[in-house]
Amino acid sequence: MLKLDDVTKEFRIGAFGGRSVTAVKNVSFEVVPGEVVSLIGESGSGKSTIGRMILGLNPATSGSITFDGRPARPGKEYYRHVQGIFQDPFSSFNPVFKADRVFAMIKEAYYPAVPEPEWARRVAACLSDVRLNPGQVLGKYPHQLSGGQLQRLLIARALLLDIKLLVADEITSMLDASTRIDVLNLLAELKARGLGVLYITHDLSLGNYLAERTVVLRRGSVVEMGLTEKVFGEPLHPYTRELLSAVPRLHESWDDAEPVDTCLYHERGAEGGLLEAEPGHLVACARLGACPPVRP
Amino acid sequence: MSLQVSELRVHYRTLRGDVRALDGMSFELKDGEILGLVGESGCGKSTLGKSLIRMDGRMRHVGGRVVLDGRELPISDDRAMNEVRFKEVSLIPQYAMSALNPTRKIRKMVGELLRSRGAEPDTAELERRMDQVGLPREVLDRYPIELSGGMKQRMVMVISTLLDPSLLIADEVTSALDVSTQKAVARALLGFRESGYVRSMIFVTHDIALTHHIADTIMVMYAGRLAEKAPADVIVKAPRHPYTKLLLDALPEVGVRYAERRLEGIAGSPPSLLNPPAGCRFRDRCPVAGDECAEDPPVVALAPDHHVACWKA
Repeated sequence: MLKLDDVTKEFRIGAFGGRSVTAVKNVSFEVVPGEVVSLIGESGSGKSTIGRMILGLNPATSGSITFDGRPARPGKEYYRHVQGIFQDPFSSFNPVFKADRVFAMIKEAYYPAVPEPEWARRVAACLSDVRLNPGQVLGKYPHQLSGGQLQRLLIARALLLDIKLLVADEITSMLDASTRIDVLNLLAELKARGLGVLYITHDLSLGNYLAERTVVLRRGSVVEMGLTEKVFGEPLHPYTRELLSAVPRLHESWDDAEPVDTCLYHERGAEGGLLEAEPGHLVACARLGACPPVRP
Repeated sequence: MSLQVSELRVHYRTLRGDVRALDGMSFELKDGEILGLVGESGCGKSTLGKSLIRMDGRMRHVGGRVVLDGRELPISDDRAMNEVRFKEVSLIPQYAMSALNPTRKIRKMVGELLRSRGAEPDTAELERRMDQVGLPREVLDRYPIELSGGMKQRMVMVISTLLDPSLLIADEVTSALDVSTQKAVARALLGFRESGYVRSMIFVTHDIALTHHIADTIMVMYAGRLAEKAPADVIVKAPRHPYTKLLLDALPEVGVRYAERRLEGIAGSPPSLLNPPAGCRFRDRCPVAGDECAEDPPVVALAPDHHVACWKA
């Protein structure tokens, strides 16, 4: 459905754009319907830039992004199928207007011919899909709603369209532990209905909870990608191992975790891009096969 | 006994009335103990941290005492607190990134800060402590903007503990950091206690898994009150308060397969603290709530160091 092929993004920086910094370098992956792909990386790894390029908010410097076989071109038709949700629910809404205005805006732009009662029925259906009680959220201002409610309103708004792909950029990082899981479970349900989700996060445990496939980014390039249980269960790249060993776990202390050897080839990566360790599990590691897989 | 807080009540003044952010908190912190303070946003955990060092203009000290090392802290008197602040009680703020003066080089800023407290800057000691958290010495001659987020965070940690305070309050110090930096910062905090730079610490966070690695004792707060306080292992392995149990159940972990099993969130939201309902504040969201929960649950000691505020525990 969505395909990124050798996508690179350079940003011009400095007073007159004299210097450039490569935020994303030769990234290729795919998202198919009914699948959650999590994009994991630390700050500055380019994960949000990839999301913004898919949503057409920043153009790619080179490479191609295709959606259903056609180049992704931002426009009304494209946004009918592809929508994004961002980290801070409070800045996603205009505080001056009632929160449910986002639904009216969708109606104006995409479904002007739909009669009012039919539209109200559709809104109610989408709200119940995201487990919101219409009486509690309609007619309220953003500050009267909680972060979890606002994020779910945005998901409901996307569902009103003919949505096929949802780009979820850190949508749960502002939410409390007790409500975060509900939003994740909601994404899992939508996935079962055939929606493709690109879940961008820095929290490895959330990516592990939700995603079928995982893409690990470092400094703009993919270091490892494959099925989530392979990437997290048998990580091959030293960077992935390092990340996994740093995650705080409840039933295991940091000292119990096996120490990760610093890898001399760590910075070099694999020349010529990603190598296939086993079908579908790609790693950028120059010494692939020479090191035994280690359980994190 | 290093810190004793009894029946502390702190309210926020708003146009619609007082928000009871802390509504009768009592707890003790031993010498050399690290207390992890966890809870949802708005439960009062940051308010508690702030009340121990500096109340801002909206906060009002309504009742309760705070005793540090046998001496009562004048927490409602901003001026009188000046004497203890930074020397006895110190704080690492949540956004250390914005806690450094952007117009001063680090060395000059540290010097000015120390002189304002009547202490002479000791460069050798400063450098030794920077080595300990893995900061290169060139950092002293740089502006804050030239440091990364993790470096700024560690610099602020070194600065806040320069006068060897008895109590350190670390307010969400790792929330804005990546996992590997988070681990380094957390380790550095543990190192501070071992080297005797701080005696005891309150580590405020919303991340239970991380707290478990750092803290000796974990205190769970809910809606301005204590829910449960116990040694870290007990909270994680054998929690007694229903809120603690649900909170732990809602925590996804790395290395666990979730294909069949789905975790459950906690339905509902905490009550407004503007006019909190009588009785147990978790009642509406609690799966085991009964009739007795309409009355305030007392804080009961199940074991010498395990305190729970729940009728059903």
